[in-house]
Amino acid sequence: MVGTTQQQAGHADGIALAFRRTRSRRLWVDRLAVYGLSLCAVLVLLPLFSILYGLMHEGLSAVNVDFFTKLPKPVGEPGGGMANAIAGTLVLLGIALAVGVPIGLGTGIYLSEFAERRLAWVIRFVVDVMNGIPSIVYGIFAYTLFVVPMKSFSALSGGAALGIMMIPIVTRTTEEFLRLVPNTLREAGLALGAPRWRVITDVVLSTAMGGIVTGIMVALARVAGETAPLLFTAFGNRFWHENLTQPIAALPLQIFAYAISPFDDWHRQAWAGALVLIAMVFVVNMLASYFVARQSRILSPKK
Amino acid sequence: MTGLAFFVVFIVVGIFLQLTVTAWPSIVRYGAGFLGGTTWDPVFHVYGALPFIFGTVVSAFVALLIAIPIGLGTAIYLAEYAPWWIRRVVSVFVDLLAAIPSVIYGLWAIFVLVPIMRTTVQPFLQKYFGFLPLFQGPNYGIGMLSASVVLAIMIVPFIVSVSREVIMAVPQVYKEAAYAMGSTRWEAVSSIILSYGKSGIIGAIILALGRAMGETMAVTMIIGNNVTISSSLFSPGYTLASVIANEFAEATDAIYLAALIEIGLVLLLVSVIVNVVARMLIWSVQRNSKPVTRTA
Repeated sequence: MVGTTQQQAGHADGIALAFRRTRSRRLWVDRLAVYGLSLCAVLVLLPLFSILYGLMHEGLSAVNVDFFTKLPKPVGEPGGGMANAIAGTLVLLGIALAVGVPIGLGTGIYLSEFAERRLAWVIRFVVDVMNGIPSIVYGIFAYTLFVVPMKSFSALSGGAALGIMMIPIVTRTTEEFLRLVPNTLREAGLALGAPRWRVITDVVLSTAMGGIVTGIMVALARVAGETAPLLFTAFGNRFWHENLTQPIAALPLQIFAYAISPFDDWHRQAWAGALVLIAMVFVVNMLASYFVARQSRILSPKK
Repeated sequence: MTGLAFFVVFIVVGIFLQLTVTAWPSIVRYGAGFLGGTTWDPVFHVYGALPFIFGTVVSAFVALLIAIPIGLGTAIYLAEYAPWWIRRVVSVFVDLLAAIPSVIYGLWAIFVLVPIMRTTVQPFLQKYFGFLPLFQGPNYGIGMLSASVVLAIMIVPFIVSVSREVIMAVPQVYKEAAYAMGSTRWEAVSSIILSYGKSGIIGAIILALGRAMGETMAVTMIIGNNVTISSSLFSPGYTLASVIANEFAEATDAIYLAALIEIGLVLLLVSVIVNVVARMLIWSVQRNSKPVTRTA
């Protein structure tokens, strides 16, 4: 601004001043926003550290050899462990694997290798919806499907509920990783005269194996801590289960029962159980992310 | 293979049919009054689900009020501000937060959160905002507000990770245009990104709403499990999921069980609707963002 008269110059100064003022205010707002946003990130992480601290502080002292080898003691008797619950959780996860992996894997392969577009859209949509259904609804479903006809709570019904919950996760990760396999590999297999199913099993699946295993592990880690679908399927058991058609103990159920009990000793056991459960979940998750990193290195296009 | 793939469709339809059939005695007997009734009395077979619907909606809504600003702020911070190593570390922690089982959140809430709410947060709210009906009445620590806070903590990871992706999908040219016009970083973020990514972020929030309404264990452990409709957030409440969790295994007669399963059916329908809406919104963003990236 070049003012020729006194008045114009004054006017220009005024504008410049106003501009400087709003500019400094805008810069202040900008600065405040940085602090505000960083504060949000801190607030998000605060509960995580509080939970980890609680687990270490309350749980670590109660995790000992007895915890992994003994049955729970009755109220008032100190000591005892959660051996049956840990074993029960492993059994339930085994059943869940047997139910969830074949269906999830098959659906994922279908979506990536065979599906016609519109059909794939429908199935993908259904899988997404499945992922959003509350876990307790799966519990009711397994109850009506298994517990009512068998007239007993059972390991089978609990494992089936968890297995169904695994399906959406396994399906989506399988599909994603199969899509990463370059088409040239499939074409090379077909060009050698291999039938389509051989190309899928020997070329596509074996290339994407790391990713598929990852998906299964992520799904496993997610259902390992599920409590709600087990409440009226696996039901819980204070003793060892004898076969799969009986109620069975599970770590999350035991944590729940002990946490809402009025006894200090049981509270400590609940924290210890939570520590063991979370250690299992975190280790599986970390292994999974290691496999993901490796798999994406293998599949990333080489230049 | 096709048969296997249709198995998932079969499962979802199966869940819906199975729940409808087993809840049928209650659906026929109580009709629409089931959803509007405020009394839940298994002894006299009077079943009204309104207190549970109220508890579910209110606790999820308050949880969103807490989680949206914090989650969105974190997502913006991670996507636009944070140096790469903080972004890495915080993302890992947020993933860990998402991996913690619900029952452990409940355990932590009982022994850590509820005492803090009782001794610090709720007296503070009562002292300074006590003129609002929301913050009146006896302060037990357990109740709707504590449940909402736990829910907020549990859904924040979803809001952060989904909205971070949405923000990252905003084409760089728009941000650059904003900078070229002389806007500060915050102006660019708040005007361009939030308006461009709006429907995707709303999708993330609705997805989180679905999670919050279906959440069972942590809520059951601290909401107080009291069949009541109260204007106070300090008051103990009840949700659809927690009444199923508490009473299902004890429901001995057929009509009681049918009523509980009907509550499960309500929960299923609500969560399916919420999910469908959220997916539609997220898809619309993904579709819209693609052509622009290509021309850029």
